[in-house]
Amino acid sequence: MTTPLVELKDISIAFGGIKAVDRASLDLFPGEVVGLLGHNGAGKSTLIKALSGAYKRDAGQIFVNGAEAQIGNPRDAKKYGIETIYQTLALADNVDAAANLFLGRELRTRWGTLDDVAMEAEARKVMGRLNPNFRRFKDPVKQLSGGQRQSVAIARAILFNARILIMDEPTAALGPQETAQVGELIKQLKADGIGIFLISHDIHDVFDLADRVTVMKNGRVVGTGPVTAMSKDEVLGMIILGKCPPGAVPGPGAMAA
Amino acid sequence: MSGGVEATTAHLVAAESPVKRFFRATEIDTRLLGMVGALVLIWVGFQIFGGIITGEGVFLTPRNLWNLLVQTSAIAVMSTGMVLIIVMRHIDLSVGSMLSFVGVVTGVAQVYWLSPWLGADNPFIWVVGVLVALGAGAALGALNGFLIAYAGIPSFIVTLGGLIVYNGLAWWVIRGETVAPMDAYFELIGGTPSGSWIGGTASWVLGGLLCLAIIVGIFVNRSARARFKFPQRPIWAEAFLIIVGCAIALGTVAVVNAYPWPPKVAESYATDHNIPVPEGGLILSHGFAIPMLIALGVGAVMTFMATRTRFGRYVYAIGGNPEAAELAGVNTKRITLQMFMLMGMLVGVAACITAARLDAASNSLGQFDELYVIAATVIGGTSLAGGVGTIYGAMLGALVMQSLQSGMTLLNFDSAVKDVIVGSVLVFAVWIDQIYRRRQS
Repeated sequence: MTTPLVELKDISIAFGGIKAVDRASLDLFPGEVVGLLGHNGAGKSTLIKALSGAYKRDAGQIFVNGAEAQIGNPRDAKKYGIETIYQTLALADNVDAAANLFLGRELRTRWGTLDDVAMEAEARKVMGRLNPNFRRFKDPVKQLSGGQRQSVAIARAILFNARILIMDEPTAALGPQETAQVGELIKQLKADGIGIFLISHDIHDVFDLADRVTVMKNGRVVGTGPVTAMSKDEVLGMIILGKCPPGAVPGPGAMAA
Repeated sequence: MSGGVEATTAHLVAAESPVKRFFRATEIDTRLLGMVGALVLIWVGFQIFGGIITGEGVFLTPRNLWNLLVQTSAIAVMSTGMVLIIVMRHIDLSVGSMLSFVGVVTGVAQVYWLSPWLGADNPFIWVVGVLVALGAGAALGALNGFLIAYAGIPSFIVTLGGLIVYNGLAWWVIRGETVAPMDAYFELIGGTPSGSWIGGTASWVLGGLLCLAIIVGIFVNRSARARFKFPQRPIWAEAFLIIVGCAIALGTVAVVNAYPWPPKVAESYATDHNIPVPEGGLILSHGFAIPMLIALGVGAVMTFMATRTRFGRYVYAIGGNPEAAELAGVNTKRITLQMFMLMGMLVGVAACITAARLDAASNSLGQFDELYVIAATVIGGTSLAGGVGTIYGAMLGALVMQSLQSGMTLLNFDSAVKDVIVGSVLVFAVWIDQIYRRRQS
């Protein structure tokens, strides 16, 4: 574990005069799950959107496998194998599951037209793995249930051999059984050597799945540490008070001791 | 496990009413069916009403239907683009003025530049004239698209400004004059002079080819699905679709072929070509007119583009969720620019049809066309909220609008009354559609 899979260095993003993210640094190694915790408005989603290309950063650098990466839009991020499951799912509601899975990366026949049949076949394969009961391949995504929509969003992220996966509240819309399925999936992806950023409100979820935790408060990183070296209470203290426990490396947002 | 699920669905299907099962199996859009029903109602209504008022219903005669199709073509061509614009959550209010400007430009090009330069009746004049129209349309459309996509100005404002600007430009080019006549070959695009229809035999051949295309299309789809062992439509449903599709194609051919040439035109054609005129006069069929073929061709190409290409997929995805499309890596700005440019080219096509049909270009060409095009699109089931709409629906919508107008013209309705009725029908159609959608969900 020498070169991190991805490293964010001193990222700052401001909206108007408000610093949503202020000199935040974050790293992720292959086969690792890093949980990103913090209140609403702590800057988690904003920071991660700089990595996925959805937001432009005002300052800071991104390194993928040790080399600086130029990420200006979502297409760039995908080129580096960075896939994102957004909290809002970001699905085009009026088209079917296969069209969503391949949006922006459609399979085409040798005449350059859309190969819908091949896309549906791939969609059936990947959905069969994620959600074996899924049958509604012809319906627009709008008509699917919350869990089914979520599995479409997840399927889209893993379909293209992602190396870095960003999951923003992946279980927010799911029932207990489906949440457990996502947990299994994360373990499986981890075993494949994929690095995962897991953004969540649910501290229990994060403790179950993550190797390390980074906490943000008011746009700044409070601290980062392995879950084994901290208690849940200590992490709650980081989220609420910004108090960095001895088991974690303090960041710029840590409360002065 | 999967067997159990199949059994459950099979059970569900069996529990459906036969009507529901029919629609599910054939995948026929019930809203489309409603529109066809409305069209039939309008047609039969005018026929009967005409019979009562004037003693003779002339709406459902081959001659009227033929004219109806010719009159519909320009609006139908533009509506194929407007659907996709509205699907993308935009609007183009400038198409009418743009048509006027483009028509005037191609008219001036033919009459004042090309004709003196190449000599009148040079067969290249119409080619250049059409290219000028397409180019001018594409350029103005691209300008609209650029301002909308890259400068971030709402399409409503950009094209509202365009409506006024292009209207002014059209006036500025010819100062209110009328440019006429158009080039003799160019006129054929409009469907008015003799020679601008393809005749009976060619129409039957075309009808046959359409049937063939329907059959081949269904078989190709079936074999592609079979390759991946996907569920198939039942055979009876496929057969039904083939029969209905072919019946519509061949029925249309029969109608356009049932409209004979005017006796004098047929007679002079016979003398020109040394054909003996039989007893009782020579009967020659019109067949399809060139503008109908253009509209048909444009409809086919646009449908292909909307359903089978990446561009079309992106247009719909952007309409469904612009942010999601952008996050998925779709270059939404470029697609928006391209879509408005395409709309401009379609306006170019429609401008050629309109100018050729009138055999003249003036700045009153295309007046209010933006409203008819948008109305046709909306009647055709396109949702102004974006994401939903079909090209065949919009073209049918154009036919509905034109049917209303020509039906009322045939009955000598006052033009003020016509406006009131057409406007009301638009609002009524959208209201019905809203109710339908609410009941669906």
